[in-house]
Amino acid sequence: MSMRTLPLLFLNLGGEMLYILDQRLRAQNIPGDKARKDEWTEVDRKRVMNDIISTMFNQKFMDELFKPQELYSKKALRTVYDRLAHASIMRLNQASMDKLYDLMTMAFKYQVLLCPRPKDVLLVTLNHLDAIKGLIQDSPTILHQVDKTFRQLTDIYGGLSAGEFQLIRQTLLIFFQDLHIRVSIFLKDKVQNSSGRFVLPVSGPVPWGTEVPGLIRTFNNKGKEVKRTEFKHGGSYVAAPKEGSLELYGDRVLKLGTNMYSVNRPVETHMSAASKNLASQTQESIVPNPLAKEELNLLARLIGGMEIQKPSGPEPGFRLNLFTTDEEEEQAALTRPEELSYKVINIQATQDQQTNQELVRIMGEFEITDQSRQSSSKGDDWLAMMDEL
Amino acid sequence: MVAADSERPNASGVSELLIHWCVLPFRVLLVLTSHRGIQMYESDGSVMVYWHALDAGDASLVQAAFARGIAASGHYVCVGTWSGQVLVFDIPTKGPNIVLSEELARHQTPISDIATEPAQGQDCVADTVTADDSGLLCVWRSGPKFKLLTQIPGFGVPCSSVQLWQGTIAAGYGNGQVRLYEASTGTVHVQIDAHARAICALDLAPEVGKLLSAAEDTFVHIWKLSRSPEDGYIEAAPLL
Repeated sequence: MSMRTLPLLFLNLGGEMLYILDQRLRAQNIPGDKARKDEWTEVDRKRVMNDIISTMFNQKFMDELFKPQELYSKKALRTVYDRLAHASIMRLNQASMDKLYDLMTMAFKYQVLLCPRPKDVLLVTLNHLDAIKGLIQDSPTILHQVDKTFRQLTDIYGGLSAGEFQLIRQTLLIFFQDLHIRVSIFLKDKVQNSSGRFVLPVSGPVPWGTEVPGLIRTFNNKGKEVKRTEFKHGGSYVAAPKEGSLELYGDRVLKLGTNMYSVNRPVETHMSAASKNLASQTQESIVPNPLAKEELNLLARLIGGMEIQKPSGPEPGFRLNLFTTDEEEEQAALTRPEELSYKVINIQATQDQQTNQELVRIMGEFEITDQSRQSSSKGDDWLAMMDEL
Repeated sequence: MVAADSERPNASGVSELLIHWCVLPFRVLLVLTSHRGIQMYESDGSVMVYWHALDAGDASLVQAAFARGIAASGHYVCVGTWSGQVLVFDIPTKGPNIVLSEELARHQTPISDIATEPAQGQDCVADTVTADDSGLLCVWRSGPKFKLLTQIPGFGVPCSSVQLWQGTIAAGYGNGQVRLYEASTGTVHVQIDAHARAICALDLAPEVGKLLSAAEDTFVHIWKLSRSPEDGYIEAAPLL
């Protein structure tokens, strides 16, 4: 399997998460002067997006991410996004976080499946990065961070061969195997059918580098073409117009990975029918695994690179609901099928002295620009937060 | 029958697992490849007769070790690896005394598939083809020391699947093309723009000369292969 898959997985899932959060925050927007203390304003929304994006693109975090390594388990990856979503003043309930993660994963699964060529997953990633830059136009420091990540991405992936991208594609698809959660926006657009499977189109442009099917050419010993025959292929394909650009600014051509949410389209996931599909899924074993400790150490190092802010005062009422009403959110939490629950990992950083010191050292190197929400000691802060996970 | 891989329940997913019946002159072996290595079982699955751990070497830095591509040629079983090496195992008529006889080192990128056909009786006739992720095809004659007969270069696209039939190589590529080559010379004789996405697999019915191609564009095609009556070159016609 490819050891270069994690950055692509992380950046694209992160991008989808930002699309969804941005859409929900805008939907719940209240004009600044009319807002009550616990309601979202435009300023709050921008603040949340800035906080999450700057945590996501933290340089140490990115350096750790881009090292060749195996993909994390689903649980470990979910934990990373849990932390990321709470990198600001926003709070999500378990049910909303579950729904957010379901939407993120199904969206990226769709994008990977539909990529015309394996290398196009890079264009999908660039589409996400372009959109992320659009969300932080007013913050030059964060923009700079994102541009740096852009260059890291194109440096590493720009030169990979088609075969290596095919391996990356397979690694991603294995990660998403057996995930068939139905998403209403996909069902409505008929790109997903009621069994949760995606519809693969058999029309449109062929991938860059592929010919439109339908031609058989025969050659003689000297390489000269001696016959041409045409046949009916079955699909209705057209030639690819041009190759998507990998430059900092350019036409990506591919639409996959652009923001498919708009303010007026509520996005729901359907749980009840999905659970029937899971009856045949393999159960994840709860037997302790010697490799799990290694994985958790990696995860702790990765999370150690994340700068997390914690409000020093009492918990503010800045809760985001991914459902239309609070009652719906409660109901979703109660009826969520057991197989779909993501068991978030608790990392006890206090146990391992050495890991603790390393993480505290990394934390000590960060500068938190917003002073108002600082608490007494960054080290204590971080550990207290970890214990609460 | 065979115990499933239960060692890594929390892993991100099952790594490549390939299974192939290897039909040899005096026995049939079931060969499995996974991230852990190559396992060979008696055909009823009752006994594992051989296990070869993959040597990760420097691989673990950038690439996970895996094996891919299994084929039987005479009394040899060939298995491809992530490094491009093809491991050749000499299989005795019975028992577990299997030895690694040779490591073919012509490919520089991961092996994608291996195809074989029974030797036609004469010397220096190709009976084994190995393919890799760069699209390179190597044509061999099996034996105590495998002989490389010819090489067919790639063109920037992985060759995902390969078949060998009556001296003709059928290769399926990541850009949806199927190409037919003369095995002895490496000359391309037929090029089919068969699919709009990467070809996943080729299969061939040797008695009737029908080739099947399946691809990620959701289509399956069947082609009739034949030799042109005038010059004896291979031709293909669409059946489905």
